[in-house]
Amino acid sequence: MKAFKFLAVLLFTCMVLAAPALAKDTIKIGAILAVTGPASFLGAPEAKTLEMVVEDINKKGGIKGKKIELIIKDSGASPEKALSFAKQLIEEDKVLAIIGPSTSGETMKIKSVAEEAKAILISCAAAEVIVNPVAKYVFKTPQMDKHAVIKIFEQMKSMKLAKAGVLSSNTGFGKAGKEQLEKLAAEYGIQVVANEVYDKASTDLTAEVTKVKAAGAEAIINWSIEPAQAIVIKNARQLGFKGPIFQSHGFGNIEYVKAAGEAAEGVIFPAGRLLVADTLPESHPQKAVLTKYKKEYEAKYKEEASTFGGHAYDAMIILKAAIEKAGSTDKEAVRNAIENLKGVVGTGGVFTFSAQDHNGLDINAFEMITVKKGKFELLASPAKKEDTTKKK
Amino acid sequence: MNIELLSQYLVAGITYGTIYAIVAIGFNIIYNATGIINFAQGEFVMLGGMIAISLHTFMPLPAAILAAVLAAMIIGALIEIIFIRWLVSPSVLRMIIITIGISIFIREAALHIWGESVRALPYFTGSEITVFSIGNVHISPQVIWVTGIAAVIVALLTFFFNYTLLGRQMRACSSNRDAARLCGINAKNMVTLSFVLSAGIGALAGCVVSPITYVQYDSGTGLAIKGFTVAILGGLGNSTAAIAAGLVLGTLESFCVMVLPTAFKDVVSISVLLLILFIRPSGIFGSVEASRLKEF
Repeated sequence: MKAFKFLAVLLFTCMVLAAPALAKDTIKIGAILAVTGPASFLGAPEAKTLEMVVEDINKKGGIKGKKIELIIKDSGASPEKALSFAKQLIEEDKVLAIIGPSTSGETMKIKSVAEEAKAILISCAAAEVIVNPVAKYVFKTPQMDKHAVIKIFEQMKSMKLAKAGVLSSNTGFGKAGKEQLEKLAAEYGIQVVANEVYDKASTDLTAEVTKVKAAGAEAIINWSIEPAQAIVIKNARQLGFKGPIFQSHGFGNIEYVKAAGEAAEGVIFPAGRLLVADTLPESHPQKAVLTKYKKEYEAKYKEEASTFGGHAYDAMIILKAAIEKAGSTDKEAVRNAIENLKGVVGTGGVFTFSAQDHNGLDINAFEMITVKKGKFELLASPAKKEDTTKKK
Repeated sequence: MNIELLSQYLVAGITYGTIYAIVAIGFNIIYNATGIINFAQGEFVMLGGMIAISLHTFMPLPAAILAAVLAAMIIGALIEIIFIRWLVSPSVLRMIIITIGISIFIREAALHIWGESVRALPYFTGSEITVFSIGNVHISPQVIWVTGIAAVIVALLTFFFNYTLLGRQMRACSSNRDAARLCGINAKNMVTLSFVLSAGIGALAGCVVSPITYVQYDSGTGLAIKGFTVAILGGLGNSTAAIAAGLVLGTLESFCVMVLPTAFKDVVSISVLLLILFIRPSGIFGSVEASRLKEF
């Protein structure tokens, strides 16, 4: 009886393994991105980036001779849509892996689906809960919220600021950031004097900023990915708030600086190095990748590259590296290969994965960036030394 | 809690209120002529902002705004002529559903034309950080622009609807379409005119609020919801009441932030709306008798 069962399983496995070989000789990769809707400034550059990278890979003969077939689904940042697209991609299209979704809320919605179906998911969303606790098949490319918060608090400490007014939007990203800020504040001797959550579609935040200012905040920390983050800084400066304003890594799109105009001057936020690629020294390990991506993207789409598109770029090169390493397009083999990837240079940082770390980036992936004369610029960082010691 | 802080909240409330009110006025015009709510009103606001921003790259600001308003008026007229004019029996429900369809259509078209990025016109006077300060109370010049333009629009509209033949003809159509036609009024032209007017005013609203709120292809919806709330709160069809209701709602929201966590802001404003609808379905300033005669 046992032998019979074994035989049945073996037969079944053979069938499953044989199926992709019988199909067209392409590698099917799905992507669920918020191309339109409130998170479109994440999803749109991500989709454009994927199309560009895949075209490039296919032009060079594909991965191991197999062309990539990219299927992009626009979720409009709706977790429900993301869920049905995930099921569709896994069950009907039988993709090797799914890149995305763009937002944390969507990713959390489909995390368990991917896990149950044993489908590789490489998320482009930031929240730490995506990879902590680790799910076997779920990875993510953006840097950790936690590291962004630590970077901000270290910067505040070095500027001798102790009282922070926290503003965040009512989205998955805002909520995750708010939780980290609350959790880590005490550890860094920062007092959160005001903590306000605003609606993601807010059109003016004067009242909220007034409240934060009245609470005696020395610095404002805002955590959101919507246009509201430009509105916050504008309102704060209009109300005569003189202290520094910190933003999350969601601020890494020059559009927001343009939208906030003069008010954006001096805003400080942690972000990947893409924004300051031009000013990096030639010797920096990421320099080549960053300038290549930036140049190609900007030449093709006539708009400035943002860190968000970079997250999708990283997801694709990680997948490519893993398929090459695994030497096959078997899901299990590719998954194992991702976990063993070391030193893959991407736009967000240098990725080194392990069974416990499905993000692969450490705090050094972040750089403190400031806005000067409407441009992103590296902030001269006195907190640099601390980072390296903390890492050990 | 000192007086300066209270005044600052008041200023915030006035900012919210005038933004809501200037959007609400557009709803009232079409309502005045047809008795329906135009759910594409928010999209006119967005279109105005977007067109002006695109034009501003190669023409001065006042010209860009004027051109945007004219363009929106033409679009408003086209929409009415293509989708609504030929209806044999334009029931309220049917027209409402058509306007919802139009709003989705305009939004998607805008997404294809302008993409998903956030844009804004420059501040009319000064820059993002210019403020008038009275003691410790700060007010952005743009807020004064919005308030001023809203006031001018309301004054002109009141004059138009009460003292000009055309305006009175429009109101007659709204009161009783058949009776108006018997009096020799071309009801269809009046409806077209109301779309032209409200599209123009919506576009102007979009231009003046865009430095404060920014414009995105889908930002019309959010503004329309608040504008609609204010229009109902004040009493549909009455633009002066819309301004008053806007200020009431805006101030309420702002003071609500002072005492409650911000997340409750919309809960309070929607609760107030529901309360008003239960107690006075015709709005705070609306006439109970008049509303009884309306179809919707």
